[in-house]
Amino acid sequence: MTETSSTAPGDPRAPLAVRLRGIGKRFPGVIANDDVNIDVRRGTIHAVVGENGAGKSTLMKILYGVQPPDSGTIEIDGSQVKLSSPADAIKAGVGMVFQHFMLADNLTVLENVVLGAEKQHGIGRKARAEVRRISDAYGLGVDPDVLVEELGVGARQRVEILKVLYRGARTIILDEPTAVLVPQEVDELFGNLRELKKEGLAVLFISHKLDEVLSVADEITVIRRGTTVRTVVPADVTSRQLAELMVGSELPSPGISEKATSTRVQLAVTGLSLHDAAGRALLDDVTFQIRRGEILGIAGVEGNGQAELVEAIMGMRPGATGSIVLTDQDLAPMSTLRRREAGIGYIPEDRQRHGLLLDSPLWENRVLGHQSRPPSASGRLIKRGAARADTQRIIDAYDVRTPGTDVPARALSGGNQQKLIVGREMSGDPILLIAAHPTRGVDVGAQAAIWNHIREARAEGLSVLLISADLDELIGLSDRIEVVLRGRLVGEFDPSDVTPEQLGSAMTGAGSAA
Amino acid sequence: MSVVTDPVAPTPAPASSRGRRLRPAYWWLLGIGGFIALLSLLERVTGADDLTSAGTVGATLIATMPIMLAALGGLWAERAGVVNIGLEGMMILGTFGAGFFAFTYGPWIGVAGSVALGMVGGLVHALATVVFGVDHIISGVAINIIALGAVQYLASLTFSGVEGGGPTQSPKIGDVPTISFPALGDRLGEIEDTNWFFVSELAAIARALVTNLSVLVLISLALVVLTYVVLWRTAFGLRLRACGESPAAAESLGVAVMRYKFVAVLISGGLAGLAGGFLAMVASSNYREGQTGGRGYIGLAAMIFGNWRPGGLLAGSGLFGYTETLGLRQGGTSVRALLLLVSLLAIAFAIWQVRRSNFTTATVVFIIGAAVGAVYLSIDQVPGDFTRMTPYVITLLVLAFASQRLRMPAADGQVYRKGSAG
Amino acid sequence: MTRVLRALLGLLAPLLALVAAFAITSLVLISAGDPVGEVWAEILQVPETRNLANIVNQACVLYLSGLAVAVAFRMNLFNIGVDGQYRIAAFVGAVVAGEAWLPGYLNTALAIVCAMAVGALWAGIAGVLRATRGVSEVISTIMLNFISTSVVAYLLREAAVREEGSNTIGTKEIPEGSRIGSIPLAAADSGPGVEVYGFVVLAILAGVTYWFVMSRTRFGFDLRATGQSTTAAVASGINVRRMTILTMMLSGAVAGLVGLPILFGEAYSYGSTFQSGLGFAGIAIALLGRNNPVGIALAALLFAFLEEQSNPLQILVGVSPEIVAITQGVIVLTVVISYEVVRRFLTRREQSRVARAERPAEPAEPAGPAETQDQETRA
Repeated sequence: MTETSSTAPGDPRAPLAVRLRGIGKRFPGVIANDDVNIDVRRGTIHAVVGENGAGKSTLMKILYGVQPPDSGTIEIDGSQVKLSSPADAIKAGVGMVFQHFMLADNLTVLENVVLGAEKQHGIGRKARAEVRRISDAYGLGVDPDVLVEELGVGARQRVEILKVLYRGARTIILDEPTAVLVPQEVDELFGNLRELKKEGLAVLFISHKLDEVLSVADEITVIRRGTTVRTVVPADVTSRQLAELMVGSELPSPGISEKATSTRVQLAVTGLSLHDAAGRALLDDVTFQIRRGEILGIAGVEGNGQAELVEAIMGMRPGATGSIVLTDQDLAPMSTLRRREAGIGYIPEDRQRHGLLLDSPLWENRVLGHQSRPPSASGRLIKRGAARADTQRIIDAYDVRTPGTDVPARALSGGNQQKLIVGREMSGDPILLIAAHPTRGVDVGAQAAIWNHIREARAEGLSVLLISADLDELIGLSDRIEVVLRGRLVGEFDPSDVTPEQLGSAMTGAGSAA
Repeated sequence: MSVVTDPVAPTPAPASSRGRRLRPAYWWLLGIGGFIALLSLLERVTGADDLTSAGTVGATLIATMPIMLAALGGLWAERAGVVNIGLEGMMILGTFGAGFFAFTYGPWIGVAGSVALGMVGGLVHALATVVFGVDHIISGVAINIIALGAVQYLASLTFSGVEGGGPTQSPKIGDVPTISFPALGDRLGEIEDTNWFFVSELAAIARALVTNLSVLVLISLALVVLTYVVLWRTAFGLRLRACGESPAAAESLGVAVMRYKFVAVLISGGLAGLAGGFLAMVASSNYREGQTGGRGYIGLAAMIFGNWRPGGLLAGSGLFGYTETLGLRQGGTSVRALLLLVSLLAIAFAIWQVRRSNFTTATVVFIIGAAVGAVYLSIDQVPGDFTRMTPYVITLLVLAFASQRLRMPAADGQVYRKGSAG
Repeated sequence: MTRVLRALLGLLAPLLALVAAFAITSLVLISAGDPVGEVWAEILQVPETRNLANIVNQACVLYLSGLAVAVAFRMNLFNIGVDGQYRIAAFVGAVVAGEAWLPGYLNTALAIVCAMAVGALWAGIAGVLRATRGVSEVISTIMLNFISTSVVAYLLREAAVREEGSNTIGTKEIPEGSRIGSIPLAAADSGPGVEVYGFVVLAILAGVTYWFVMSRTRFGFDLRATGQSTTAAVASGINVRRMTILTMMLSGAVAGLVGLPILFGEAYSYGSTFQSGLGFAGIAIALLGRNNPVGIALAALLFAFLEEQSNPLQILVGVSPEIVAITQGVIVLTVVISYEVVRRFLTRREQSRVARAERPAEPAEPAGPAETQDQETRA
């Protein structure tokens, strides 16, 4: 919206809304937060950035009273508080907009807003008037009487913000608010945030998307490995410097050495389209090819069709039209299982939901997706001995840290679960590997290992479709990058001469295709 | 358990263009009036003149109440997100509670006793599902087993050797007072006898309402209204419903989810118990083993039929109570007459579906309609067995063909653990 | 070592549940003023040979019911409809066997196949509704139970032959040559009636088949995988809709066997007094036996034991035998709770073991979110 309103960032005259000193939080075996210090001034947007797993979310839960800190002090508007439940935080004037919306679909906006705060204005006419008033005051444009299920993502987020304001919050935490938004909605959200700032609220904005942070925040605090590294002002830093602060010095490089040489096309996707129930295009005429020994990276803001693309190629999405040809087999009429048998390995985006049977032993997880193929099966029977032996092979080759093959998958850490999945999907000599966010939420060691395995397999001729939100990973690993925006491929880039900034603007539709 | 789940659909498509939920009251009046008119017409076409007699209406009222109370019990629990298959068991407890307490202390204590014993069932269900996180269906099944055994055991303990009682039944127990306006009833009876289209039917209904009307019927009907007011018009109700729609959201806003669920299941048990008490005291005059006859499940069906709304479940219970009554009174002829209605309605619906180019549904519904019509023409009487299974068949059909229009609480049947917010 | 511990803990859970159930039952007895000691003494004495035969016979029936429920449980489906399925299946089996289109045991085999087919089709309705219309199998099978009651009652009246001098009606009697003979129990002084159903052999066979299919075949793997996580099953290439229908049908087919031991070994016809309510006991038994073929057998024997031993309670100590229904129902609740407690203990233990194994690397993620995943308490 208006740029004039942004006063001198970090204006030292503005009073402190939040002051965190020495916050620490441990979980069994993990230090989530350690000596976190943050000052948030009233009337500013303060961003907290850090990689996945850096401890941002834990910190915000502490500030919202969901989890108590083990050490440190919290001051809100100058007085020290102890927050042992969200109710305490609300009372202290802190509100939170969760990344996964906390809304009941089958209740109206009004009902969602007044829930838990019925004492303020009741649940009837007075409350409705108050909702309208707040909505108008901050330009939220929320109708109190529609069902939440009828709202889009952006509108739901505004309802969440309204919920917080209705409770009289003076400090608002937004946890990764842009993760689910399309670019226009992000702009609207930022407009709303500036509106809040103007009214004297303090906004804490959690993100790992640097461009957004730089465009909206007045101050930025960087968190790395659970602790605050530095607080900077956007004018003083570039997004590259910020990235370096975020990952520290030991940024593992996913770089590859030589270019793919083969000209043989292994996957040819032509005119792939998919529509949702309302007729909106999720995928719109997507066409690309992957050659033997080539890694094709797909860049895009989440929710622009990446998940649908993967599921369409895997045959998990009925209704997709267009042709998908793997070497010379037409995949279109094949079931998911047949496609796997034809030589597709699949590292799913959400390993716990799509990749594993959490309560089954590792060897049964080895069989999953391979239940029709040797070594784990012959004919209609499962070969338990062979499956166990091959699981042990994966454990050794992929350095899965586990006491044995009979441990339930749930007991493994995220990184080890992911290494097991990668090992499994590389089994049976796949022609094509679909890797959706292969290193999301895994530790640095496992990340490097997974990159290595992908690289080695590529050298042996594996084609890889790589979807990732981590632009460094995309640039480092891919031979070619396609940018997806609203279900369309909008530009192709050569990773050797593209910057994250260029990719970023293509992803939001701001730049022109190279 | 969820009544409508799609195991594979990746993302649910929001049904956007559905109408507002709150239908104006006149829709209800119009619907009821239309139904009566249809029945009235049907009587004249088929000669099945017991369809709307005052006797039928009165008996329907009696048959409807237990189903409706059970459904109401189901509504309270499910609106808070707890599926209650144990309604049947809680009803059984209620029948015994009424039998025992009414026999010992008189009718009103009997009513209280049935509610109290139903609440004991609710307490077990609440402890198991809310506190210990047991699957709701498993707990419900267990309660049905326990309740049946417990009541048989207790009845044998308390009623054996008592005059008029025995291990399977209590002695005769008193009824709560009934209300009658004989003068008004007689006048209405005269109008009913005139056999004017629609008017005589209305008179029959009114006559049933002013003749020997049990106070418990009034209380039951009041409970439906009370349920609506509490659940949809108070902060308590909003919180309770939020627990069934999105417990995580409710908890993130400081609602004590566990406490609301617990209370809801207790109330659910109490209502189911009252349903049992009604059976023992009003629909009959003592506790008898097997008295519930699966009405707890019919109540569940009525609640689903009614789309988890008080008005809807009232309509569902009324429909099921009506078919039950017809089955008992000159069943064959009356139900046969209804077949004609069903057949015509189905065919009309099919035509409507064709106009909306919904050809699969139209074909299926048309075939059903035609088949029902053929049955109507080919038989003189509907066997009682088929009358008895009508509620269940209707519920299955509703689930199969209208499941998109049903809207159960979103978190219904899910075990919720504290601290899942955020 | 872990496997031994797992097995031990696996035994501990049902034991815990039994103790709790007995304690609660005792409390009920005490508060009602009944003689607790005498009741338990009567129930827990060593059964006589005659009772033993009854126990085995009843357990055979309960076992099949438990297996039928367990098939569906393994896929996280709740087949509450075993009750309706077995009754309609037993009725059809009785009609087919009574008509005796084929001679001798061929007739028996045909009747068994028909019964299984009918059970499968009846359960298949719920499967199809679930797979294509998303209707919960819990609700649909409850409705189907009542519908089958009415359908069977109607058909029975149509197909009935009235026995002379009795007002019970039933299907035609199965000819002698098609009945399944009894197996004499290994007691020396066996008098008349001290024999168990020949169908026990078929029940054991069903148990072995169940074990083999579930743990050794691809079908069983697909079924269990779908039960654990539909999303992972879809991603691995399993056709979930097809599996849903097949599993319900398989469960129904096994349910079709439930009434047959009685039919071929004792009643020889299906009448209005044919035993009902076996399906609900099956749910309890499958839960107690943890869907394990041996566990289900033990659970079935226990339930049959309790029922048989409590029969004379009314005469001997003046207590209604229905008291064991309370015990059985409470077992269902306590067994679920105690299995859950043990499961959590094991998971925590495995996690710390794994944490030790991966010591040099980063420690495990906090297990919080994984713990609250869905579908964990059933079975």
